[in-house]
Amino acid sequence: MDFNLSEERRMLRETAERFLRERYPIAARHEAARSDIGFSRAMWRDFAALGLIGALLPPEAGGFGGTGQDLLLVGEALGRGLVVEPFLASAVLAAAPLAEAGETALLGEVIAGERLLAFAHGEPESRYSLTAVKTRATEADGGWLLTGSKSVVLNGDSADRLVVSARTGPGDGEAGLGLFVVDPSQPGVARRGYSTIDGGTAAEITLGGAKGSPIGLPGEAYPVIERAVGRGILAVCAEALGAMETAKDLTVDYLKTRVQFGRPIGANQALQHRMVDLLLEIEQFRSCLMLAASTLDGDRATRERNLSAAKHLAGRVGRLVAEETIQMHGGVAMTWDLALPHYAKRIVMIDHLLGDADHHLERFIRFSREAP
Amino acid sequence: MDLSYTAGELAFRDEVRGWLRRRLPGRLSAKVRRAQRLTRADYEEWHALLRERGWLAWHWPVEHGGTGWTPVEKHIFEEEMVAAGAPRIVPFGVNMLGPVLIRFGTDAQKAFYLPRILSGADWWAQGYSEPEAGSDLASLRTRAVRDGEHFVVNGQKTWTTLGHFANRIFCLVRTDPGAPKPQQGISFLLIDMDSPGIEVQPILTLEGEHEVNSVFFTDVRVPVANLVGAENDGWTIAKYLLNIERTGIAGVGYSKQALHSLKKVAAAERKDGRPLAEDPLFAARMARLEIDLLAMEVFNLRILAAAGEGKMPGVEASLLKIKGTQVRQEATDLLRRAVGPYAAPDLPEAFDEGWNGEAPGPDYALPLARSYFNMRKLSIYGGSNEIQRNIVAKHLLGF
Repeated sequence: MDFNLSEERRMLRETAERFLRERYPIAARHEAARSDIGFSRAMWRDFAALGLIGALLPPEAGGFGGTGQDLLLVGEALGRGLVVEPFLASAVLAAAPLAEAGETALLGEVIAGERLLAFAHGEPESRYSLTAVKTRATEADGGWLLTGSKSVVLNGDSADRLVVSARTGPGDGEAGLGLFVVDPSQPGVARRGYSTIDGGTAAEITLGGAKGSPIGLPGEAYPVIERAVGRGILAVCAEALGAMETAKDLTVDYLKTRVQFGRPIGANQALQHRMVDLLLEIEQFRSCLMLAASTLDGDRATRERNLSAAKHLAGRVGRLVAEETIQMHGGVAMTWDLALPHYAKRIVMIDHLLGDADHHLERFIRFSREAP
Repeated sequence: MDLSYTAGELAFRDEVRGWLRRRLPGRLSAKVRRAQRLTRADYEEWHALLRERGWLAWHWPVEHGGTGWTPVEKHIFEEEMVAAGAPRIVPFGVNMLGPVLIRFGTDAQKAFYLPRILSGADWWAQGYSEPEAGSDLASLRTRAVRDGEHFVVNGQKTWTTLGHFANRIFCLVRTDPGAPKPQQGISFLLIDMDSPGIEVQPILTLEGEHEVNSVFFTDVRVPVANLVGAENDGWTIAKYLLNIERTGIAGVGYSKQALHSLKKVAAAERKDGRPLAEDPLFAARMARLEIDLLAMEVFNLRILAAAGEGKMPGVEASLLKIKGTQVRQEATDLLRRAVGPYAAPDLPEAFDEGWNGEAPGPDYALPLARSYFNMRKLSIYGGSNEIQRNIVAKHLLGF
């Protein structure tokens, strides 16, 4: 048993934290979030130069990390800084299938910060199911043509390439799914971009016979999708953890300094005990996340079970932290100008990404029956 | 970061597990599993077996007959003991007074009492709480007045667990009522239970069991040589006792055992002809509990790893106490619900050894409601969960 970080990883974390502290104040974050693309390309290139994109990918894919622990510590730092740049979409979800398939040329451009990806998997009726894919891929003239609708594709409006899931054969389960790289600038792709309530952007994407080139074997992509989403779950949970940490710290400071009835509000036991419960649940969530990170490359049932446990807690604990930190701040937390509510929004909306607390509780039960 | 046990720790676990399989009497583990009442002789039999193996005083220093185990090894030992259905080690002598004497006792006290704790010659009770001093322990009023070579003790202690088995009791007593702070006038005294003026009265707990007692002291004469540490410095010892061995505070082993039982009961119980474990609502309740326990287990291991590197757990121990008791209490709640109407029948005689009557419902249902009510104590004793929150809040906020 060893909970310590290696020297390299400690340095990675320090680099990320220092950069975010010095170069990523909340005002700069808001400005980037309110731009057309919802983030700053210049900042994205800086993150690339620091190695934070490469840290999320394994050496065989041109990165220098990519373990569960790397996802955890980079994600946590990004969450603390409330970063809006497209790490999750570009460097985790869409990059994972390309990494498995050894598509190092395209990934090299991603790691360098020159090209952006998006993962177009969800559909208007799929909710959180990973298999409810109706988009069809048909073979024609030695290539593949895709037709269907993809919904709430994170950073889908600004991505240079889309990684799209589609049915290549009959059926509606895990079999017969394929993944394709699609150039969104072609005539067969229509995108309707919009901003999201937590400061990002997403898009509804309509594919009308769009050309796509397969990643791996068409028809056998389900396990690849599941692993990519699993990495996404870990990364976004880590982001939630970082955001919860900051929300908690901001609230502790507020309890110490806000004076009402002649004393700091933190002197009231009613608030003290609720603050302790937040701290406790955050530590529980962190512990569960460490477990999920440690089994990311293990057998499927254990991996998915622990990921679902962590994502369940991200939703359950996240709601508690978001609501309680707003409540303890009082009226000022209802204003745009305070940083806290922006953290709270991100924490709550993470429950809507890649499956919410209920979805993952159900999934935890299913995989618990299979886990060794 | 690596969350798995090392080869050495796994070998240790196998050693403990193997020994328990060979040496834990089936009669005792059967009683523990049926939640039957353990007698003084049962505990003594088990202590003797552990002593023979050198594992009774498992967290004493090696030079006093302890084991020198790491925090992780101690955790493994506790977990395996519970999983095997072993009776608990009665903590008052070996886990509490032993370390206090080793740290604060005179050479004469160590030479006399430590071997007697190990041999089982003495059964110790703890005399801390009083009717008017619960969470506010420092307000205790039991008086000890110096009279030559004796203290004369008057007062009442309460919640004295298994005090009806004890021949000695260690007490916090007030020796200086005029001290500027209530913590400053307290002393730590060792008292023979057969001294004239001591009366033990049972307190029946809410489920009707005799586990705890009131102990009354009327002009009890205690030799000055029975003072541990300096006079009026007993609070230092009380604090020390609260802070040692806090790494086991989460009771992860108990929770795992409770979840294991819950799964078995939920698989055996039927709802609309299907196993209760497959009922979506009940399965969701169980899964939430299991996730909390998974997280707590890693949280506990994080604290053990830090303790192994010499970092004393601070507020983390308080956090673990809160979560550990929440998880255990939730498990007893689900167990009670799982058996439906059969939680209600109460047969006190079924908890005596050798009972071979017939339960109205399934055998496993008999202790579940009792256990649910009994386990309410977890969030009250050892510093109530509210006191633990005060401790953490003080650290976090400064007030």
